[in-house]
Amino acid sequence: MIPFLITTGSVLVFYLILTAGSGTIGLWSLSELVAGVCASVVAGLLTKSFLCHKGDYRMLNPVRLVLAVCYVIGPFFLEMTKANLDVAYRVITMRIRPGIIRVQSDLKSDLGIFMLANSITLTPGTITVDIDEETHDLYIHNINVGEGDEVRPAFRDHELFSLANLPAWIRRIAE
Amino acid sequence: MIAEMLIVLVLVIGTIFNALGVIGLLRFPDIYTRMHATTKATTFGSIFTSLAVVIYGFWRLFVTADSQFLTLAIHAIIAIFALAFTNAVSSHAIARAAHRMGVRPIPAVCDRLEEFKP
Amino acid sequence: MTDPWLALPFWYPVVAVLLFLALLATVRLALGPTPADRAVAVDTVNTLVIASLILLSVQFNEMIFIDVAIVYAILSFVSTLFIAKYIGGELSG
Repeated sequence: MIPFLITTGSVLVFYLILTAGSGTIGLWSLSELVAGVCASVVAGLLTKSFLCHKGDYRMLNPVRLVLAVCYVIGPFFLEMTKANLDVAYRVITMRIRPGIIRVQSDLKSDLGIFMLANSITLTPGTITVDIDEETHDLYIHNINVGEGDEVRPAFRDHELFSLANLPAWIRRIAE
Repeated sequence: MIAEMLIVLVLVIGTIFNALGVIGLLRFPDIYTRMHATTKATTFGSIFTSLAVVIYGFWRLFVTADSQFLTLAIHAIIAIFALAFTNAVSSHAIARAAHRMGVRPIPAVCDRLEEFKP
Repeated sequence: MTDPWLALPFWYPVVAVLLFLALLATVRLALGPTPADRAVAVDTVNTLVIASLILLSVQFNEMIFIDVAIVYAILSFVSTLFIAKYIGGELSG
């Protein structure tokens, strides 16, 4: 019952965001509200076993959601800008020293690993290639391995980011 | 006038980064480095060209108070999020598949994944 | 109602540049030595087409273009995942 309610609520909120500005009841017209409730109930019935199949509801905490929004528009966007300037420099000068390195992380939950892998893919010089499912090690293609770093067996996750400590943010959001 | 100049600035930045991404796709030596160029630069450039539409939508909403511009801006924001997340995940999927297929990074100083999973 | 600002002169040139870049990306699609290179090129073309669709929706004053762009993004994501599964040899059956 709880997964159905959560899924229906999320779909309804998304539908209302998409149709905002259509009428006079708040921002919505009556027909859009009725259609949204019907569609979200059907979608909730069909997909209730996919969204929260682990029985873990900590992402409902509003503090975590606000932190996630702050994370995306704050430190993450900063790192992304730096990454793009870096890629622009390397496209023009072709000064690259690529290699695949191993990174160890303290994050345990699926959502935490997912956010860390996506953050790594969009931030300076690194792309996630593979993930070890048991030990949560990430294998990362780095476009510019530092001098002498190719003999190190493993890195810590916060060494990849220079401007902000993104793994600490992700731990606060998802763990 | 300020909004117009802001829109032009954002569009120019976005176009430059998209161009750098495609040039990198053509110039880099192997698939992993090409993926650096396409994933980061084209995602960032497309976010900026779409940000021009968001700025335009809020600006016209402020001037004309017509609700269709609110719809325009909100839909553009949702398109930006869909673009960023799907690009990151699909590039990770392609990199994993390429390494499983046996494509090795050709100029590379080290390959820890090769030692772990030959 | 017609809005005079919809005829601003800088949407069409940007769309033209983006589509020219998509044309350049198809060079890598033709050359690419491995199937994974071609998948990356297709992904780039998809991203550029989505960005062009979002700009064209302002130019033509058609809200539906942005909805098409969102659905295009999600469909291209699913197709890229399937291509990746296929070239990685993980599809069973």
